Amino acid sequence: MRFYLQKIGFYVVALWAALTLNFLIPRLMPGNPVDILIAKMGAAGQPVTPGTRKALSIALGQGGGGNWLQQYGEYLANLAHGNLGVSIVDFPESVTTVIGQALPWTIALIGLSTIISFVLGIGLGMFAGWRRGSWLDNLIPVTTMFQAVPYFWLALILVLVLTRVFPIFPFAGGYDVNSGLMPGFSLQFIGSAIYYGFLPALTIVLSSIGGWMLGMRNMMVATLSEDYIVTAEAKGLKPSRIRLTYAARNAVLPSLSGFAISLGFVVAGSIVTEQVFSYPGIGQLLWTSVSNDDYALMQGIFLVISLSVLAANLIVDLLYGLIDPRTRARA
Amino acid sequence: MATTLDIDDAAPAVAPTAQRRSIAALLPSPSPKLIVGLCLGGIIVLWAIIGPFLVGNPNAISTLAFAPPGTHGHLLGTTQTGQDVWSQIAWGTRGSLIIGFAVGVIATVLSGLFGIVAAYVGGAVDDGVALFVNVVLVIPGLPLTIVIGNYVPVSARGIFLIAVVLAVTSWAGSARVLRAVTLSIRNRDYVAASRVSGEKAWRILVIEILPNLIPVMASQFVFAVIFAILGEAGLSFLGLGASNSFTLGTILFQAYNDLALTQGAWWWFVPPGLVIALFGCALSLINFSIDEIINPKLRNSTRSQRKKWGLTPAQIKQLEAENAK
Amino acid sequence: MSTATPVTDAPPARHLTDPVVTIDDFSVDYLGAVTTHAVKNVSLTLGRGEILGLAGESGCGKSTLAYGITRLLKPPALITSGSATFHSREGWSADLSTLSGEELRQFRWDKISMVFQGAMNSLNPVISIQAQLEDVFTTHRPELSRAERVQRCGDLLERVGVDRARLKSFPHELSGGMRQRVMIAMAMALDPQVMIMDEPTTALDVVVQREILDEITRLRAELGFAVIFITHDLPLLLEISDRIAVMKAGEIVELGGAYELYTNTQNDYTKRLLASFPSLTGARGDFIRTGVSDDRLDETVQHENDEEATA
Repeated sequence: MRFYLQKIGFYVVALWAALTLNFLIPRLMPGNPVDILIAKMGAAGQPVTPGTRKALSIALGQGGGGNWLQQYGEYLANLAHGNLGVSIVDFPESVTTVIGQALPWTIALIGLSTIISFVLGIGLGMFAGWRRGSWLDNLIPVTTMFQAVPYFWLALILVLVLTRVFPIFPFAGGYDVNSGLMPGFSLQFIGSAIYYGFLPALTIVLSSIGGWMLGMRNMMVATLSEDYIVTAEAKGLKPSRIRLTYAARNAVLPSLSGFAISLGFVVAGSIVTEQVFSYPGIGQLLWTSVSNDDYALMQGIFLVISLSVLAANLIVDLLYGLIDPRTRARA
Repeated sequence: MATTLDIDDAAPAVAPTAQRRSIAALLPSPSPKLIVGLCLGGIIVLWAIIGPFLVGNPNAISTLAFAPPGTHGHLLGTTQTGQDVWSQIAWGTRGSLIIGFAVGVIATVLSGLFGIVAAYVGGAVDDGVALFVNVVLVIPGLPLTIVIGNYVPVSARGIFLIAVVLAVTSWAGSARVLRAVTLSIRNRDYVAASRVSGEKAWRILVIEILPNLIPVMASQFVFAVIFAILGEAGLSFLGLGASNSFTLGTILFQAYNDLALTQGAWWWFVPPGLVIALFGCALSLINFSIDEIINPKLRNSTRSQRKKWGLTPAQIKQLEAENAK
Repeated sequence: MSTATPVTDAPPARHLTDPVVTIDDFSVDYLGAVTTHAVKNVSLTLGRGEILGLAGESGCGKSTLAYGITRLLKPPALITSGSATFHSREGWSADLSTLSGEELRQFRWDKISMVFQGAMNSLNPVISIQAQLEDVFTTHRPELSRAERVQRCGDLLERVGVDRARLKSFPHELSGGMRQRVMIAMAMALDPQVMIMDEPTTALDVVVQREILDEITRLRAELGFAVIFITHDLPLLLEISDRIAVMKAGEIVELGGAYELYTNTQNDYTKRLLASFPSLTGARGDFIRTGVSDDRLDETVQHENDEEATA
């Protein structure tokens, strides 16, 4: 029990840190975002009135005046109400709405791809470690090569090969916009979404599977020399049971904690992948907000990404506690 | 399952578990993987150093836009503005590698400081630092980098700033690994013996603990370099990279924005990524060999190892049969 | 030593009339840059229901022999000659070296089980004790219902003196002695005919050691399995074994009844081994009963006596 409380406690602290960071960054950076924005609007020939400045200040969370502590309080209060400000890119839509439209795409694509990559990688690594010196073992350096390939470069190559040279897949978009399909849970829409999502997913899986395979294989090799494996063999247990319950269950533990750490980096890679494929997810949204200096949206996205990563980490940590009873005891 | 002892002969001298390993033991054993890794990496590093002195001006524009490789002495063709891709690659490699190694060094120093020293000191300091490291770890790096990077005006973005930003967002993972290893070493008997005999803390750190950490730190350093090169490429691709230098990432950025893809100008965007991939591959291979030092159980029973035993075919068959599960 | 039941008559030669395991000319090599001959042409028989002690110093090959006959050796170890034959009480025999794959798997634990050294790491740390005991039943006795399995697991634990409630615990929650009892319970699960125990009490303190040994002797009397007891602790074997084999450098240097070995040691090495265990009574360096004294210790005694004389 203490174990779970400790974990949740840690994540509350981390959440607070993320929120505060989000609050501090624009205030620590050189230049006033409102000024920059007004300058941009002026340069673009848009009308700027005194009211504009005031409206922008409020929209960017600096409206109340007063010192930082007061603003911090306002900021937290706004957050509690789900008020992340107004987006400039999609004016006058609220940031929450804009993010809400893009988030499911990213979660579906990244979430699924990462899980597929992890499960496949661990599975292959388990078999590679189980039979050392087999051909599967020799595959490892090859897949590790893919680790060193930049996500987006691989994406570019795949786009080149699979959309131009052999036009099998579409190279942009989340679903077929031209066919008039509306987002929803219709089979057609889901089918189209899968078709469009295949290439980005393939990129992510190909570039990350190598790492999982290698880690799992190394741990399997180490675990197979443990005494309890000899006991299991002496007991005459079926090889599949030894491989799974005795070897793999112990070997997967470091990979699981590594998975939690890697979630942050998967988000990073996805940003670029979405950019290449013009996939309508959070990454693309961040990119748009960055190029348009939409600070409110940027901060909102950063917050949402942080929250998702924290949530995912929490789930993985709890899962780890479930699989390895020793961690619960140490708490 | 040790060797048999012949009671009548003198017992063979057993080396005491050495806490100070000889230099030879620290170095990885030469396996094909290591040799390929070192050669490949070495070639690329060499090219990064001397290449820019040998090639032409990467900024020189010409009217020969999107020329395929081989035209007019352009080994890798030209860009949209007629610039020579081959020269750009040479300069770009240098830029990327500088960032890579700079980040590697900074990240290793930071992770060493937070991971090793804190773990050694122990107590409340260790707990506090561990909490700090874990929090930094869960906060996603690239979005943070993007947000920070965007607030910095374009003119101020140089190679050094990029390196610092990348290092600051990447040291936490290493720190956690180093802390775990330090904790396990710290609890070993020879460290306790040093403490009891009154050795100064910094001496214990440097002489007893650090040598055991070197393989792990080397591995983490290599990871940091790979991560930095990839990270820099990603940042540049998003337009947030070093603005007035050539790196492999900025080349890719240019290529993408100048529609190399739609023009089918593969010679512009394939080589930069290929160089990154090859260098990363070389570093991974080196890391493999370091892995085998850290984890001796990985060394035996590979096919190449077994070949050295000089077994008869019947024995090999029997061995394989026994090993089949 | 006084609690040992002195065997006055020559024990019935069970190993000759009713052997349960016959080891014939068994050799194991460790391959590598330099080939090591861990076991050299060992021949041995184990009688039904007898306790055979296998003694020797570290590295003499006793564990390798045990692992070898149960086919648990891993590369680079290789069985280079000989055979081990199992003779079941039902009358049939099986050559252990020819069993393979599915046959071997079914044979294991059912007829011959093992208790390993240092149960610290011999139990799977991430699953419960119940799961590890049930494992054996689900694999070898699939016809049992779930309730029956759980019942049997509980019975096994109680038989070795561990509370049934411990089924739900994990290995790290048990003490060393308890873990070893669990290992013994696990080994008895299928009512095997032979139990091979590899240093089962070495990692435990002497009090727990006494308890475990009593359990083993009691269970053996109840269930009638044969035991190969491997240890470096010769006096312990003198107490509980029927016969003792002493190994040195991969070969058996002496093999005989426990009492005979104790009173009428043949081999020099065995004498030295016995002499290494100091006696509680008598002059320093003497192992009075067998009249053996170690020359090396004698010199030290002499030297000290000289020192005292000159002081």
